[in-house]
Amino acid sequence: MATFLPLIQTALELGLIGSLTVLALFLSYSMLNVCDLSTDGCFTLGASVGAVVAISGHPYLSIPAAMLAGVGSGFITAFLQTKMGVDSLLSGIIMNTALYSVNIAIMGGSSLLNMNKTETVFTHIQALVKDGPLTDAYKLIVAFAAAAAVAGFLYIFLKTRIGLSIRATGNNPEMVRSSSINPVMTTIVGLCVSGSFTALSGCLLAQAQKSVNIDIGSGMVTIALASLLIGSTFIKSRRMGLRICGTILGAFVFRLVYTIALRFNMPAYMLKLVSSVIVIIAISGPYIKSKYPEFARRLEKKRC
Amino acid sequence: MLSIENISKTFNPGTVNEKRALSSLSINVEDGDFISIIGANGAGKSTLFGAIAGSFLTDEGRIILDGEDITVTPEHIRARSIGRLFQDPMKGTAPDMTIEENLALAAGSGGWLSRITRREREELRQKVALLDMGLEDRMESPVGLLSGGQRQALSLMMATINPPKLLLLDEHTAALDPATSAKVMELTDKIVREEKLTCLMITHNMNSALSSGNRTLMMDEGKVLFDIKGDERAHLSVEDLVRMFRTRSGRELDNDRMLLADT
Repeated sequence: MATFLPLIQTALELGLIGSLTVLALFLSYSMLNVCDLSTDGCFTLGASVGAVVAISGHPYLSIPAAMLAGVGSGFITAFLQTKMGVDSLLSGIIMNTALYSVNIAIMGGSSLLNMNKTETVFTHIQALVKDGPLTDAYKLIVAFAAAAAVAGFLYIFLKTRIGLSIRATGNNPEMVRSSSINPVMTTIVGLCVSGSFTALSGCLLAQAQKSVNIDIGSGMVTIALASLLIGSTFIKSRRMGLRICGTILGAFVFRLVYTIALRFNMPAYMLKLVSSVIVIIAISGPYIKSKYPEFARRLEKKRC
Repeated sequence: MLSIENISKTFNPGTVNEKRALSSLSINVEDGDFISIIGANGAGKSTLFGAIAGSFLTDEGRIILDGEDITVTPEHIRARSIGRLFQDPMKGTAPDMTIEENLALAAGSGGWLSRITRREREELRQKVALLDMGLEDRMESPVGLLSGGQRQALSLMMATINPPKLLLLDEHTAALDPATSAKVMELTDKIVREEKLTCLMITHNMNSALSSGNRTLMMDEGKVLFDIKGDERAHLSVEDLVRMFRTRSGRELDNDRMLLADT
C-alpha cells in the first residue's frame, strides 16, 4: 500500500494536468464537433512559450502567455477551416507541421529547454508549502487548481449564450446556418478557447517536469481522445457538470492505468500504442456492436 | 414590406446540370400578407426562399426587406429579421440540447456572456405552454426525445419568439401525420394572426393554399405564373387552380402529390 500511494499521486498530478487537454477536446470534439488535430502542436506551443517566459524570469506571466499563444493557434486553425476553405482535419495537420518550426524558433533554435534552476509556478508553490503537511503535494495543488479553474470556467461558459451557440453549431449545423448564429464566429471562439486550455496543459506539464522537449506534445490528441472516451463510458449523464467531471475522471483513470502498467514493467514507449488501441476500441466498439446482428444473421445463413 | 425585383439564379452554370431555378422573378409583398405558394416540383419555390433568406446570392436583381436592400447581406444577419421553417422537423432544433436551451438561443436576449435567468426561464415556459402539447413540463428534456410534430411546433415557436419581419414556411407540415399537421397549421395560423406577421408559405396542399392566408401564388419554371387575392381568390376552387395552370402554362399540372392531397 505504501508504494501504491505515490503511484496514485503521480497519476493524479499528470492526470489533472493532462485533463486540461482533455477538456479542450471536450469543447472542440464533443461540443463543437470539430476534430482539431492541431492539439499536438498547440500543446508543445504552450510548453515552449511558457518555458521561455518562465526562464526569462516571469513564472506567473508564463501561464497567460502560454494561453494567449494557444488562443492564437486556435484562431488560425479555425480561420483556415471557416474562411480559407481548408478542410478541418487538414487545417489541424497543417497547423501541426507549421507549429513544429514555430516551437523550435520560440525555444531559440533548440529542441530542448531545461528548467532545472528556473523559478516556475511549481517552485513558488513548493516554497510556499515547505515544512507544512502538504510539502510533497505542491504539484498536486497546482494541477488541481488549474483543472478546477478550467472545469469551472467551461461549466459556466457552456451555459452562456455563446456557449449554447457553440453547442448548437456542433449539434445541428443546418439549424445554425439558417439562424442568426454565425457558425464562423462560434467555430473561431470555440477553437480559441480550446486552444488556450491545450496550451495551458502543455505549459504546466513542462514546468512540472522542468524541461521542454519538442516532442512533448506528440500523440497528445490521441491520448486526450482516449481519456475523453474513457470518461464518457463512466458518466453517461446528460448534465453538463457531470460530463465535465467525467472528462477529468477519464484523464485520471487513463494515467492511473498507464502508471500501473509502467510499474509492471511495461516500457514507457508503449504509451502511444496503448492510447491508440483505447481510442480504436472506444470508437469502433459501439459501431461493431450495432453491426453485429447483421453479421450474425449472415453467418447463420452461411451455416445453413 | 418585401420587394423582390427581377431576381434570377442559375445553378451549376456552364455544366450539363445547369438549371435556371429563378428567372427574372418579381414579387411585391405587402405588410401583413400571408401568401401561400404552390407549384410543381422544380418550379423554384424553395429556391425563392433560399434567395430571400440568403442561403446563396442571386445572380441578378434586388431584394428589399422593409426598405433595406438585403441582396448581399449574409444569411445569419438576415435571419435576425427572417424566420424560416423547413419540411424536415429535424432541421430547426438542436437534438442534444434541452427545450429550454433551444428556445433561449432563439430568444437570444442579452449579451454573448449572459446566461438564462430565472425570469427568462419562466417566460419561456409560459410560451411553450401556448403550444398546448405538454412540453412546458419537459423544459429540461433534450429536444431529440420529442416527436416530429412537437419538434416542428417548437421550431415554429423558435422562429417567431422574436416576431420576425418575415416568416418563411417551406412545406413545414408536409412531413407530419395528418392530425399533427392540422395542429401545427392551426398553431401557425394563430401565431401569424396574433403577431400580425408577414408570411410566405410553400404548400403542396392546394386546399390549404386557398384556405390559409390572403394571397396565393402559383410558380412555374422560376417565375410567378399567377398571383390571386381578394374576391377572385375567395371564389376559387382547386379545380379552378388546375384549369388556370393549364391555360397559363400550356401544360397539364402533373404533380400527383398536389392533386391527391386532401384535407
